[in-house]
Amino acid sequence: MTEIKFIRGYPEYLRELIDIVNKTRMKRKDYEPPAMSKEEREEVLKLHPDYAPGGKRKISIGQNKGDIGPNEVVDLIEAYPLIEEEEIDLSKTDYNVDILIIGGGLAGTSAAIWANNQGIPPEKILLTNKLRHGDANSMMAEGGTQAADRPNDSPLMHFLDAMGGGHFTNKPDVLKALVEDAPLIMHWLLELGAMIDIEENGEFTEKWGGGTCRKRLHSCRDYTGLEELRVIRDEFRNRKIQCLEYYPAIELLKDGKGRVAGAVLWNFETGDYIIVKAKATILATGGFGRLHIRGFPTTNHYGATCDGVILAYRAGAKLRDVDTVQYHPTGAAYPQQIIGLLLTEKLRSMGAQPVNKDGEAFVFPLEPRDVEASSFIRECYIREKGVITPTGMRGVWLDTPLIELKNGEGTIENAFPGMHRMFTRFDIDMRKDPVLVFPTLHYQNGGVETDSEGRTNVEGLYVAGEISGGVHGKNRLMGNSTLDCMVFGRRSGIYAAEYVKRAKRNGKLLLEHMKKYVNMLKEAGIKPERRAPILLPEYRGKAVLARMIDIF
Amino acid sequence: MKEKKSIMDRIAESNKSVTTGIDEKDIEFWVTIYIMGKAYKVPAGLTIMQAMEYAGYRFVRSAGCRAGFCGACATVYRKAGDYKLLTAMACQTRVEDGMFLVQIPFAPGNKAIYDINKEKYNVGVLLKHYPELARCVSCNTCTKACPQDLEVMDYIQEAIKGDFKAVAQESFDCIQCGLCAIRCPAELVQYHIAQLARRMYGRYGCQEPDHLKIRLKEIEKAKFKKAWDKLLKASIKEIEKLYAEREREPD
Ligand SMILES: Cc1cc2nc3c(=O)[nH]c(=O)nc-3n(C[C@H](O)[C@H](O)[C@H](O)COP(=O)(O)OP(=O)(O)OC[C@H]3O[C@@H](n4cnc5c(N)ncnc54)[C@H](O)[C@@H]3O)c2cc1C
Ligand code: SF4
Ligand code: SF4
Ligand code: FES
Repeated sequence: MTEIKFIRGYPEYLRELIDIVNKTRMKRKDYEPPAMSKEEREEVLKLHPDYAPGGKRKISIGQNKGDIGPNEVVDLIEAYPLIEEEEIDLSKTDYNVDILIIGGGLAGTSAAIWANNQGIPPEKILLTNKLRHGDANSMMAEGGTQAADRPNDSPLMHFLDAMGGGHFTNKPDVLKALVEDAPLIMHWLLELGAMIDIEENGEFTEKWGGGTCRKRLHSCRDYTGLEELRVIRDEFRNRKIQCLEYYPAIELLKDGKGRVAGAVLWNFETGDYIIVKAKATILATGGFGRLHIRGFPTTNHYGATCDGVILAYRAGAKLRDVDTVQYHPTGAAYPQQIIGLLLTEKLRSMGAQPVNKDGEAFVFPLEPRDVEASSFIRECYIREKGVITPTGMRGVWLDTPLIELKNGEGTIENAFPGMHRMFTRFDIDMRKDPVLVFPTLHYQNGGVETDSEGRTNVEGLYVAGEISGGVHGKNRLMGNSTLDCMVFGRRSGIYAAEYVKRAKRNGKLLLEHMKKYVNMLKEAGIKPERRAPILLPEYRGKAVLARMIDIF
Repeated sequence: MKEKKSIMDRIAESNKSVTTGIDEKDIEFWVTIYIMGKAYKVPAGLTIMQAMEYAGYRFVRSAGCRAGFCGACATVYRKAGDYKLLTAMACQTRVEDGMFLVQIPFAPGNKAIYDINKEKYNVGVLLKHYPELARCVSCNTCTKACPQDLEVMDYIQEAIKGDFKAVAQESFDCIQCGLCAIRCPAELVQYHIAQLARRMYGRYGCQEPDHLKIRLKEIEKAKFKKAWDKLLKASIKEIEKLYAEREREPD
């Protein structure tokens, strides 16, 4: 047979299960399971991928030796470099710049512009990208960006919210910089011509974000990150700042004094390398969703493979809070084409209910993200009341038609145009039929530790954005990461610019640190089976891979 | 054996079709697609992107967000027996039996260089930077090509008139995939024109909210300094208490 029979987007057996959900909808309309007690929450959280045993281990080498991290991350930390010292000719530099920026999402692109504002000429800045400039997690932010700019709000309240969200593990001075710069970033975006949603009365439209005590989420319809990044990128292009695409960084370079002094970049298409010498280097390579930690699908873009963290670690930078991973409870579980993609929390706050295969509402829809996610796992794997999809995945229903029932017809099209468009592409009408969801891997909470100026503990090395660790502590709140990228993109750009003006930097380029790292790996008895950074995930079909031969 | 598997292992197992490559053992239904003319049997129900990966292509170009936001995966295809040349995003389109397809990894497009601070908010700006706008022959090819279902020709007509607001609103969902531009007989680069219009509208057509201006002044004058000094000196215990005591603004 060549084609599956779909009835309005679902195969027949799922249609029968949808009928069960349809039957109980009216009964559930005015019923909601109560929120869990503290004890119930603690019990169900044992099923959360971040707490369930077996997912993490200790880092065995380097400056964070003894700290724990997800196996998939530690695997890459305990992996060999892609290059050998002997095969790289460091005597000839292809670019000699003041500032090298690695990764052009919101963080890296902002850094370039602010370094330029600070007087670094465009030909002395180089932004390099693994994929196209803008193929990044930043493009996908739907929800919004936090900034405390209304009279009943203040940066201090923003600070408290983020502290509580991060379980009080955030670095206070770094967090202060985040919240205090937030209004300035909003001003900057307007000045650049970004279209931030504004009410009839001229005030910003500000919405709730989970875990905050004030409405301070600014959005650009449901394409916030797209609007922010395409405007900032357009400005970057107007300034003629140097930019490379399909040139991932594969190793950092240092000078004789142990300072980071550039990077080895690799042409992804032709396979040759180039050497960039830089007085300061800003890593802004984003997160790690494509490592599929614990085998979870992800919301992240194709290039989110943890590269920057690995390069920084080899160069001696300290990490923090890499052990915590943010999962979002409602990733799409069906159809296959969109598995893992984000279905915003707002669906539940507007009335959509999680429902099991028997048509029962089984959990309060607005538990904290980790509790909500764990309850889905329990429903599918302990209580065996999940729905099995055609690809063998399990999920629960998210009863979206309830939104229309509770708020009136037309609500979904108005409030969720992007998502409605996505499901319509696959013939699913989320106004009339429920959709299937399962938790998805969303965000890297920790990373390379920074101070409030974007500096790491290694001279000459700065980081900004999702790669960094400290500002969000062990858990980030929605709307604080796009903000983080722009605040610390800006700060790292400014402070790196000031640093290069001050610092006398003209040493030789070395890969000594890489050699030392390899020695550490050997001493720890780690076999050279794995190499990192991995650059991209591997999704080719098993059958083809099994028959591939390397002859050309 | 089976009982021994932990829940996490079972989850990983059930997700493997999207987290690792697809195993043909798991597939029941198949279709044949033609990638640049070559036939491949691929599992039905995949996106064009997933199907190409199944067939053995490892993307470097033409894959970015994998979610319909970045415009990296522009694809052109024809269906067997159909004269129409169709366009799609490979990450958002299901494969169909008999598709002949090719990806467009790059769309060469001329972008005007300008200083947004120095532009005047008048109707001629778009034509000044993109004089080729006048060449539009209203053929509507761009609109048909747009995978975001935007009324591209309409916003180009508004651009000719210099109506920034109309262009901004109609083009807002543009993911800059380039498909309109490569199909346009008048050689316009619609998405760059729209980008300029949106920035003009955002910068000059909208007012900065007063409450933002006030907050910026307050921060400049260090209004919160004392409170910060106190808060940053507080112990974690005290901060926890302050957190617990926050009052939530009414909905
Ligand atoms: C679906 C989704 C929805 C989200 N919604 C929100 C939201 O509503 N609000 C919010 O605040 N946050 C949200 N986030 C989080 C936020 O978007 C990201 O955390 C943030 O944008 C990351 O920006 P970045 O600049 O650090 O990294 P990215 O935007 O990911 O950019 C990193 C860039 O570096 C490149 N790169 C990687 N490795 C290398 C290398 N070795 N060499 C060169 N380049 C490299 C990548 O390809 C990429 O282009 C969301 C995230 C996702 C995935
Ligand atoms: S307007 Fe053009 S560039 Fe924008 S999404 Fe549509 S086809 Fe792509
Ligand atoms: S394709 Fe080109 S010429 Fe045709 S309507 Fe669109 S912009 Fe005008
Ligand atoms: S990969 Fe980004 S739109 Fe398809």
